[in-house]
Amino acid sequence: MERTYFDNSATTRMDRRVMEEMLPYFDQRYGNASSMHSFGREAYDAIELARERTAKALGATTREVVFTSGGTESDNLAIQGAAFANIAKGRHIITTAFEHHAVLHTCHFMGSQGFRVTYLPVDGQGLVDPEDLKRAMTKETILVSVMAANNEVGTIQPIRELGAIAHEGGSLFHTDAVQSIAKLPVDIASDNIDLISISAHKFHGPKGVGALCVRKGVKLRPVVYGGGQERGLRSSTENVPGIVGLGKAIKIGVSEMEDSVARMVAIRDRLIDGTLSSLEGCFLNGHRTKRLCNNAHFRFDLVEGEALVLSLDMKGFATSTGSACSTRSAETSHVLKALGVRPEDSRGSLRLSLSKFNTMEEAERFLGAIGEIVARLRSMAPRAARSGGA
Amino acid sequence: MAYGRKVMEHFANPRNVGEMKDADGVGRFGNTVDGDEVVLYIKVKDDVISDISFQVFGCAAAIASTSMFTEMVKGKSLEAAIRLTKEDVSEALDGLPPGKIGCSVIAPDALRAAINDYLGRRGRGFITGDEIPPMRR
Repeated sequence: MERTYFDNSATTRMDRRVMEEMLPYFDQRYGNASSMHSFGREAYDAIELARERTAKALGATTREVVFTSGGTESDNLAIQGAAFANIAKGRHIITTAFEHHAVLHTCHFMGSQGFRVTYLPVDGQGLVDPEDLKRAMTKETILVSVMAANNEVGTIQPIRELGAIAHEGGSLFHTDAVQSIAKLPVDIASDNIDLISISAHKFHGPKGVGALCVRKGVKLRPVVYGGGQERGLRSSTENVPGIVGLGKAIKIGVSEMEDSVARMVAIRDRLIDGTLSSLEGCFLNGHRTKRLCNNAHFRFDLVEGEALVLSLDMKGFATSTGSACSTRSAETSHVLKALGVRPEDSRGSLRLSLSKFNTMEEAERFLGAIGEIVARLRSMAPRAARSGGA
Repeated sequence: MAYGRKVMEHFANPRNVGEMKDADGVGRFGNTVDGDEVVLYIKVKDDVISDISFQVFGCAAAIASTSMFTEMVKGKSLEAAIRLTKEDVSEALDGLPPGKIGCSVIAPDALRAAINDYLGRRGRGFITGDEIPPMRR
């Protein structure tokens, strides 16, 4: 059976060019970058090349790039690091209700450490209103953290404007850009970003490596202590092959972004329009245009999300409900809840997330299959459910 | 999260699906707001379940376990059928992920409601038991 991968917000297929660049660093240039000898220098040079590539892609300088183990660690270092380092200035953090758990749960932790956290609402389209941030700012605010684009519904936030408001109020601005790298252009200076989290496996790089870009002058307290690597901000022997892969992946991603994005937009729009026009009781979650080039997030009446994902899987389509688990109110997606979607309407969620490797033929094949799958599941549903819920 | 082969087989090819117009008893359990919902239809002859069908709104575990349950109770006496537990259904499917048994294996609850509906229609006393849900129509 031909398989189609529509779950690129979860992770992506590695680009062959990235893999080839990484390979020598496993068994030939395997030195520790801290070593004095030639093996060590090879590793060091490779890391510095990756640092240059990463810095260039983000509009940063090399000294501003800190390599980590991924998006989650970058978010933790940004939030814990900035909050603890700036405690003398204030103890107020602002974020949003629909951040990734890497940000949300870190903010919950900060709440337990004597910080006050404000969770900004999002509107029904999945957008943060800059006016809400203005109102929430206080003299005590030391950090504002808003994701560049949402991982479930794909909506794009007005980062530059939010960053400007944070700066006006004397606060640092962090953005989790894990979903938007190589899909949206970014320049940390003009976008008013002090801290930006990225993760390599979301843009065709390897898993287990990411970066936090820290603007010059921003003080952070480390989360991980040890040998003092990454200018003391992230101790631990560097993941050289991973870092090499991240550097290559971000270079390719940014240089080929224009073509890739145009291609994904065309497929995304075909998926959205085709699904909405051919199926009854189907709706798009999140703003129609202010969304990532690779995200289509639907809600189906009278269909349960997990059953839908498994049915699609049986036909060869890898998709996601958009949240970790499908059922039970306690596990209802916090993102859809933040958008104001009623619990009974968030049962039948389906996220399709694309990459540059997807084709229009795959989209057509999906559109040829989805109708029958939804019809089968609906035909099993009890009548009370069919007439609009118990 | 991963389902076993038997669960996936019942999910892909559920047995006894559909509404039964001339059922002797109908039982509904659960809700579609934040849970799963099952409706069971039974035909009864000499206090034996001679036929059964179901409708379901829910995850793969709800669909597969209800399908399996209908196979298990068909041909059983009311008394024997009502004694089958969630755990019996899970076992017959070679196990379900933890957490799924409590909320998605609700066919036994729906059967209790269906049997009470059947008995009620005939003016016979309800089966007593704490967990017997009231019939909703």
